[in-house]
Amino acid sequence: MSTMQWEPVIGLEVHVQLATSTKLFCADSAEFGAAPNSHVCPVCLGLPGALPVVNRRAVELGVRAALGLNCTVHEVSRFARKNYFYPDLPKGYQITQFEQPIATGGWLEVEERDGSVHRVRIRRIHLEEDAGKSLHDRLPGRTAIDLNRAGVPLIEIVTEPDLRSPAGARAWLTQLKQVLEYLEVSDCDMEKGSLRVDANVSVRPAGSAEFGTKTEVKNMNSFSAVEKALAFEIARQTDLLERGGTVVHETLLWDAARGEARPMRSKEESHDYRYFTDPDLPALVVDRAEIERIRAALPELPAARARRFRDQYGLPAYDAGVLTATRELADYYEAVAARAGDAKAASNWVMTDVLGWLNQQQCALSELRVSPEGLADLIRMVAKGTISATMGRRVFMRMAETGRSAADIVQAEGLAQVSDEAQLEQWADEVLAAYPAELERYRSGEERLFGFFMGELMKKSRGRADPKRASAILRGKLAPR
Amino acid sequence: MSARVPLLPAIAEDVAAGRRSAVEIARAALAAIREADGTPEAGLNAFLSAGGDAVEEAAAAVDETIRRGEASGPLAGVPVAVKDNLCTVAFPTTCGSRILEGYRSPFDATVVRRLRDAGAVIVGKTNLDEFAMGSSTENSAFGPTRNPHDRTRVPGGSSGGSAAAVAAGLVPAALGSDTGGSVRQPAAFCGIVGIKPTYGRVSRYGLVAFASSLDQVGTFGRTVYDATLLLQTIAGPDPLDSTAAATPVPDWLADLDAGADGLVVGVPREFFPPELDPRIARLCHDAAERLAAAGADVREVSLPHTEYAIPTYYVIAPAEASSNLARYDGVRYGLRAPGADSAVAVYEATRSLGFGAEVKRRIMLGTYALSAGYYDQYYGTAQRVRGLIARDFREVFATGVHVLLTPTTPSVAFRLGEKLEDPYQMYLADIFTVTANLAGVPALSLPIGTVDGLPVGGQLIADRWQEGVMVRAAAALERALAG
Repeated sequence: MSTMQWEPVIGLEVHVQLATSTKLFCADSAEFGAAPNSHVCPVCLGLPGALPVVNRRAVELGVRAALGLNCTVHEVSRFARKNYFYPDLPKGYQITQFEQPIATGGWLEVEERDGSVHRVRIRRIHLEEDAGKSLHDRLPGRTAIDLNRAGVPLIEIVTEPDLRSPAGARAWLTQLKQVLEYLEVSDCDMEKGSLRVDANVSVRPAGSAEFGTKTEVKNMNSFSAVEKALAFEIARQTDLLERGGTVVHETLLWDAARGEARPMRSKEESHDYRYFTDPDLPALVVDRAEIERIRAALPELPAARARRFRDQYGLPAYDAGVLTATRELADYYEAVAARAGDAKAASNWVMTDVLGWLNQQQCALSELRVSPEGLADLIRMVAKGTISATMGRRVFMRMAETGRSAADIVQAEGLAQVSDEAQLEQWADEVLAAYPAELERYRSGEERLFGFFMGELMKKSRGRADPKRASAILRGKLAPR
Repeated sequence: MSARVPLLPAIAEDVAAGRRSAVEIARAALAAIREADGTPEAGLNAFLSAGGDAVEEAAAAVDETIRRGEASGPLAGVPVAVKDNLCTVAFPTTCGSRILEGYRSPFDATVVRRLRDAGAVIVGKTNLDEFAMGSSTENSAFGPTRNPHDRTRVPGGSSGGSAAAVAAGLVPAALGSDTGGSVRQPAAFCGIVGIKPTYGRVSRYGLVAFASSLDQVGTFGRTVYDATLLLQTIAGPDPLDSTAAATPVPDWLADLDAGADGLVVGVPREFFPPELDPRIARLCHDAAERLAAAGADVREVSLPHTEYAIPTYYVIAPAEASSNLARYDGVRYGLRAPGADSAVAVYEATRSLGFGAEVKRRIMLGTYALSAGYYDQYYGTAQRVRGLIARDFREVFATGVHVLLTPTTPSVAFRLGEKLEDPYQMYLADIFTVTANLAGVPALSLPIGTVDGLPVGGQLIADRWQEGVMVRAAAALERALAG
C-alpha cells in the first residue's frame, strides 16, 4: 500500500582471532580445541597479583591487518578496561582499546556484480583479548566454564555504515575474509569462532540524509546467516515503520533454526562498561620504522593480484577472480604458469582439472598430490604432443590419485601418443576391415560415419593415437579411388 | 635519640661466617612473634600467618649453602616479614579479607623471589587494612594490629602489621605496599624508616592490586641503611610487569654516607597548614635546621596543588580499585557464598559477605566515578589534577631542589576506634603522603622525634628515579638527629 522506498543502512563489527601461537597477555597456547582449562595460567585466570604483558607478535599481526585494510596505524595507542561481570570473564573486565585504538580510517573495496566498485570505509581497528566460554550443555543443570579462549588475541574491525544491502554485506565480508587470509593474520575459520560478525542495521526513506534508529544483530555463525539475518531485520523494521511504529534501539540475537532475530533480555545489555585506561599496561608503541617494515612485507592483496593476472597473463576477469580466491591457489597457479610457459593453458588446467578434482574429492589444495611443477610438466607433454589432451586429463587424475609424475604414469602405462605412420595405418586398416557394411555406407555418401571410424581407431589404440595424423591417414584410406 | 646501627649486614655477616645459623635466627623470630602477637584480642596481632615447615626449610637451605662454602646473599639468614597482599606459595595470601581467607597463590611475587634469592628467610605474612584500604590496620577482617609504642593506639596503615613487627623488634625488616602512604604513615606512627620508591622502580607482579597506577612495594627497617638495602634487593626491571621500568638501579648504599653538604632541601609551605599539630611542625623545622647545620641549603618552596591531593586520590584510587576487585566474584577461587542459584546471585552474595565496609565504600565510590555521565566530572577531572600535582613536583625539582622535607602525618598515632566512624577524618591521615603516589615520585619517612612519647615521622621526597639522593639526605638527617 505504501509507495515509500526504504533504504537499509548497515555497518559491521567483525571480530577476528589473530593467528598467534600464544595469548595476547600471557604465554599460554592460543590453540583451539584443547581439553577445557588446559591452556591457562595466573594471568588469564585473573589470579590476584598477576599482570598482563603484551604479545608483540599479536601487535604485529594487528598492524598487518590494519595496513592491509588501508588504515592509518597509530604509533601510540592505549589499552583500556571494559568492565562487566560474567562468569567466563576472569578479571571482571576485558582488556581492549577504546579512545586510542591502534588503527583508524581505512577502507576495503568490493566489486559488485555489475563490475562497479563499492568502497566501505573502516572506522577503526582495535586489539583486544577474548573472553572464555560458558558451556551450558556439558553438566546437567550447571554452567561449565572453559578459559582456554580467555586472553586469545582478537582485532575488532568496525566499519562506517556504508553498506546498503544484505547481499552487499555478504559480498564485502567475503572480500574481507579473503584479504585477511592473504595477509595470514587469521585462519578466519567461522566454525572455530575465529571470525565473528555483529551488524548494526537501520532503514530510512530512500534519499534521506539522516539515519534511522539502528538495532544490533548478533549471533550469526556464517556469512549466509548474516545475509539472512539482515534481510529479516530490514523487513521487520520496514514493516514496523510502514505501520507507523518506531524502531527501538536494542540488541537482537539471530536464531538460525527459526530464521528470526529476537531481542536479548534487556538485563543482558544494560551495561555501563566504565571504560578507563588500563593502568597495568603502558602506552602501546609501534614506531614508524616498525610500521614501515611491516608495510614493506605485505603480500600482494587479492584485488591487485586479480588485476595483475588480467594484465600479465591476459586472463578474463572471471578467471582472474577464481584464481585469486585464495593466496594459496594464486601461488599455485603462478607456479604452474611459470614452468608450463603457457599462462592460458595453465589457467584452464587449474580452473577445470585442479578445482574440479578438489571439488569432487572435497579436499583442500594443500592436500592435492600434484605439485605445480608436476602439473606444468604434464601441460608441456600435452603441448609437445607426447600425449593427447584427452589422455592428459586421465593422466592428471592418475597423478592426483597416486602422487606419481606424469612421465612415470605415461611410461609405465604405455600411454605415450603414437604418431608412427605404420602403426596408424595398421589400426586404420583393421578398423575398415572390421566394419565392411559401414564402409559401404560411407562410400555411398554417408560421410558422417567418419567420426565412427575415428572413434574405433582411438579405441583400438587405447587413446594413444595422435588424433591429427590418425585422422589424415583414415581420410586418405577412405578417399575415393 | 640514640645512634642507629644497621641490623641487616650484621645478621648476614654472622650467618655467612657461620657464627649463627639461619634456622636458629628464624626460630627466635618466630618465638618472638608468637609471644608478641598473642591473640587478636590482646596481642600486637601483627601477623596473619607465620612459621611452618616452609620457613624451617628455607632457613635450612641458607645454612646449607653456607656450609657448602657457596656465596651467600646480602641478606643471608635475615628474617623478613611480608605484607599479606604480596603473593607467596609458602603462606596464604588473604589481603586481610574474608573473600580470600585461606587463599594460596600458586606463585611468589617477584619481590618475594628476589628476597629469597638474596638469602632472606620470609617468616610470615603481616596484617593490613583489607586490600590495603585504610590508614590504621583496623579494616582487617582478622582484627586490628596494635602500635607497639602504645597498644591502645593504631600502628597506622595499611601496612600496619609490617611496621609494628619491625618496631617491636620481631623482625629487622619487612615489606609493605604504599598506594597513598601505606608504608610511610605506619613507619611514622611506629617510629621506624619506611621507603616508597619511584613508581616503576619495583615490580608489582604478585602484589595484589588495589590502585595499579599508584601501588608500589615499599620497605621497612629500623635504619635508613636497612630499608635501603632491602629496597636495593627488590628493585629493578621485571619482564612480568610492564610498568616496572628498565631504568638501571644504582648502588644507593655506596653514597649513603656522603652527608648533607651541597644538598638543596625544599620545605613546601603547603605541608604546614594551621591544623597541623604545632609540635610536629616544630620537629620538622628542627630537622631542617639540623640538615642546614650539616651543610644543606634549606629553602621554602611551594607545591600549589597540594590541597587537591586528597579528593584527587579518592577518585582515582577507588576507580581503579572498583575494577581491580571485580575478579573476586566467587567463581574461580576464594570465598563463594552458599545458597546462591544464579551467577548474579553468586556475585551479590559473595561480595556482600566477603568484603568489609571500607572496601565496599571504595568500590561504590569508584564505580560511580567511572560511570556514564559522571566520568568526565570525576575521573577525568581527577586525572587532570593529577597531572598538575605531578607538574608541581617537576617544577620544584627543576629549580635545583634535591629533596623536599615535610611531616609524614598531621598527627601522632591515634587511638584504636577513634576515626573508624568518620571515613573522611581517616582519609586526612594520608594528606601529606598521597601526592608522592599521584606524582609517582619516591618518598620515605624516618623518625624525627616524639610528641607525648609517641613517634613523629619526617618525610623526604625526591624527583623520579632519585632514590639515591633521598636516602643520602635521610641518612644525613638520621645521623644529625642522633648526634
